[in-house]
Amino acid sequence: MTTLAQKLIADAAGRENVAVGDVVVCHVSLAMIHDSGGPRRVKPILEKLNRKVWDAERVVVVTDHYVPVFDDQTRAIQKLTRDWVYDQEIKNFYEEQGICHVVVPENGHIVPGMFCVGGDSHSPTGGAFGAYMFGVGATEMAGVLATGEIWVKVPKTIMIEWRNSLSPLVTAKDMMLKTCRSIGLGGGRYQAIQYAGQAVYNLSMQERMTMSNMAAELGAQAGLIAPDEITAGYIKNAGGRLPEDWQSYRIETHDADGEALRFDAASLAPQIAAPHSPANADDAEAFRNIPLDIAYIGACTGAKYVDLKAAATVLSGRSVAKGVTLKVAPASLLDQKQAEADGTMQILEEAGAQFLPTSCGICAGYGTDRLLEDQVCLSSTARNFRGRMGAANSKVYLASPYTVAASAITGEMTDPRHLMEG
Amino acid sequence: MGRLWKFEETIDTDVLAPGPYMNSPLSELARHCLEAVRPEFATSVKVGDVLLVGEDMGVGSSREQAAEVLKYLGIQAVVATSFAGIFYRNAINLGLPVFVLPSYLADFPQLKDGAQVSVDFDGAKLKLIDFDKDINLEPLPNFLRDLVADGGLVPHLEKRFAVS
Repeated sequence: MTTLAQKLIADAAGRENVAVGDVVVCHVSLAMIHDSGGPRRVKPILEKLNRKVWDAERVVVVTDHYVPVFDDQTRAIQKLTRDWVYDQEIKNFYEEQGICHVVVPENGHIVPGMFCVGGDSHSPTGGAFGAYMFGVGATEMAGVLATGEIWVKVPKTIMIEWRNSLSPLVTAKDMMLKTCRSIGLGGGRYQAIQYAGQAVYNLSMQERMTMSNMAAELGAQAGLIAPDEITAGYIKNAGGRLPEDWQSYRIETHDADGEALRFDAASLAPQIAAPHSPANADDAEAFRNIPLDIAYIGACTGAKYVDLKAAATVLSGRSVAKGVTLKVAPASLLDQKQAEADGTMQILEEAGAQFLPTSCGICAGYGTDRLLEDQVCLSSTARNFRGRMGAANSKVYLASPYTVAASAITGEMTDPRHLMEG
Repeated sequence: MGRLWKFEETIDTDVLAPGPYMNSPLSELARHCLEAVRPEFATSVKVGDVLLVGEDMGVGSSREQAAEVLKYLGIQAVVATSFAGIFYRNAINLGLPVFVLPSYLADFPQLKDGAQVSVDFDGAKLKLIDFDKDINLEPLPNFLRDLVADGGLVPHLEKRFAVS
């Protein structure tokens, strides 16, 4: 019996089938890089090897980390990125359009059956489309760009099944924080996670991307979801080329030992993860009365169109509490435009939100905006490691956009259901 | 021979290579390595020192500078009870030896912070000098051992492409 991960890897390795533990060399269908780990790091290596990229059509470059530029160093990084892209004749170049994990699928680049690598740890996001996608460092990426190949050890599949349906105001993000708590940051053991169950297939494509994105937090190599009509619809809408055999990747086969974790979506409450680990999650209710300074809706994990829309549902007709700053950095320009077109951005603005550029922003900790000592931030992002978003003593809590928005209104950690239903 | 730096807490990529210094040269980035958890590390670490960490060493981002700064600072090898996948691959690709300690840290009370140690790369052993004791580590699979022995992926590919 072949799992989805095994089929994807076997296809990329040009083999009939592969077994867990086999080490195989795969042909890469798409390599995604960004301005931080990309050209500035791979260019010197490719020069040393006297190689150009193996196939310019299969490379996508996105600038999102040092966006906006703020000094000569960051300006130089963007110039180098641009010059290299032109020199390598790479046509898929998205400059300051938003975060790579969102921009690349939004432009139809990821479809079922692909084998992709990304120069960023949140690259498992692509697994939401029934593609095998994982993150690598810059040297390994340079190797991929030089050869079009990469080795993988065929992973086990850890099936994570979410039965039944989520309650209102509970999201994919809550499902992931709950999973982080249950199995811990290393629980993915660098194997392939596959999400399944009714609650997963009920999710929109962008919410599924949140699930796959946070496979990184579980320490999995990939976070797969078998493609269905929602996947196909999204890809067609994004202008992508859906392969004729896409249904052949609709595989939910368990590993030989049937490793699976089962959760009940219906009984899941909104989650909050305390500093400094996503695994420190608990029901939001457990954190009530903790005041916050910053409410942040940002990043590939937490500021896509559906996330902005969720925040607006809560913020509509309400305003941010005194003493709290609500910052919103939409994940992509496309998401921002969509949210402008239907009035979502206006709702956020009227509630008192400040808008930041569509880039990795505070989440990556690369820019000028950062948290101060002892500041408490409730964030819709994926990661709350010590010092990542600013000062070492800043405290980052993680939650869904609903929960971040509700807490911004009350000024303390709040289960959004209390605000909306209470 | 070197000093053992033992970390009880989870060591993520962001404390190894902090975001605010990611646009700086490696030498500057290295000065801030681990400062959030052990401020004296970057200034006191010496060539030949060994890092000992528990679970999920290098969890977090894909930034390979997290492994690169350790190599830059002269770390001889990183030993951990488990590694985050991307960090593990990055370390190998950069020629930084990484070894899994197939046990719990608590099983080896002699493995104290500051202990004198050396690493037997080929034999996959951590040698405790003061106790004249060898601790077995998980050997690297052959193809990864070759990669590290070549000095990492780039020298390995140079061989393959026969770049002299």
